[in-house]
Amino acid sequence: MKGPDVSWYVTLSAFLFAVGALGVLLRRNPLIVLLSLEIMLNSANLALIGFARQLGDTSGQVFALAVMAVAASEVVVGLGLIVALNRGRIALDVDRLNTLRG
Amino acid sequence: MGNVLVWAVWVVAAFGCLGSGIAVISFSNPFFSALALIGNLASLAVLYLLLAAEFVTAAQVLVYAGAVMVMFLFVIAYVGGRADPPFERGPSWQAIAAVVAAGAILVDIVIAIGLTTGGRLEDEAAVEEPFGGPAEVGRVFLTDHLLAFEITSIVLLVAAVGGVILGSERTRKAE
Repeated sequence: MKGPDVSWYVTLSAFLFAVGALGVLLRRNPLIVLLSLEIMLNSANLALIGFARQLGDTSGQVFALAVMAVAASEVVVGLGLIVALNRGRIALDVDRLNTLRG
Repeated sequence: MGNVLVWAVWVVAAFGCLGSGIAVISFSNPFFSALALIGNLASLAVLYLLLAAEFVTAAQVLVYAGAVMVMFLFVIAYVGGRADPPFERGPSWQAIAAVVAAGAILVDIVIAIGLTTGGRLEDEAAVEEPFGGPAEVGRVFLTDHLLAFEITSIVLLVAAVGGVILGSERTRKAE
């Protein structure tokens, strides 16, 4: 018997992605929407690293590191927006952020 | 014996990962959600170690579970974690549609991966010792993916400038 092969990791990453997508669709607090986005990005990272292991190619791990940098940037901008919303005394509720609605 | 240990670690990390992920989206207090996400990132780091990605594991723990989550916790403490129970108003049509859409995404991904990889994921490549270590990742980063490396630095710089502009007090008074 050998350890779990890569298909287990890929399946886990699919489930994790669905959990993150559910959080983005379900929750109305933008902070928790950002946290769910992090879950989705990390599930993609898990799949990338799993396939890197499968193919024996370090490039997948490099992609995962680039995704990490982009995720950090996204968190900085998202949290900046949330702080700006809070300073403008706008309710932190994504259903009520409809100023730009046509 | 060693493989049984690997399976045990995998099962614990996978269930920790899924459980803390579900906890993130079901806590009503965003502070507890952020703490659950730290657990999620830590169990993902264990899975990365099982996949022989040592450098990514170190980056995950340092950058994600360290820096990014500390920033998250500071902002949650600053704006005040307003309680937002996920199912306070009973199952609305929005909640049902969200669950259906997430389930559809899951089925879609599983079918797509199953059709493209279809049983070819059993035999993984044999990897040597430097695979996934800092030296190997750095060599690939600075040879094959040099452009991505440089663009990443620009993305981080733009995000830092944008965060400062969005968060600074002066921009609001100027309006």
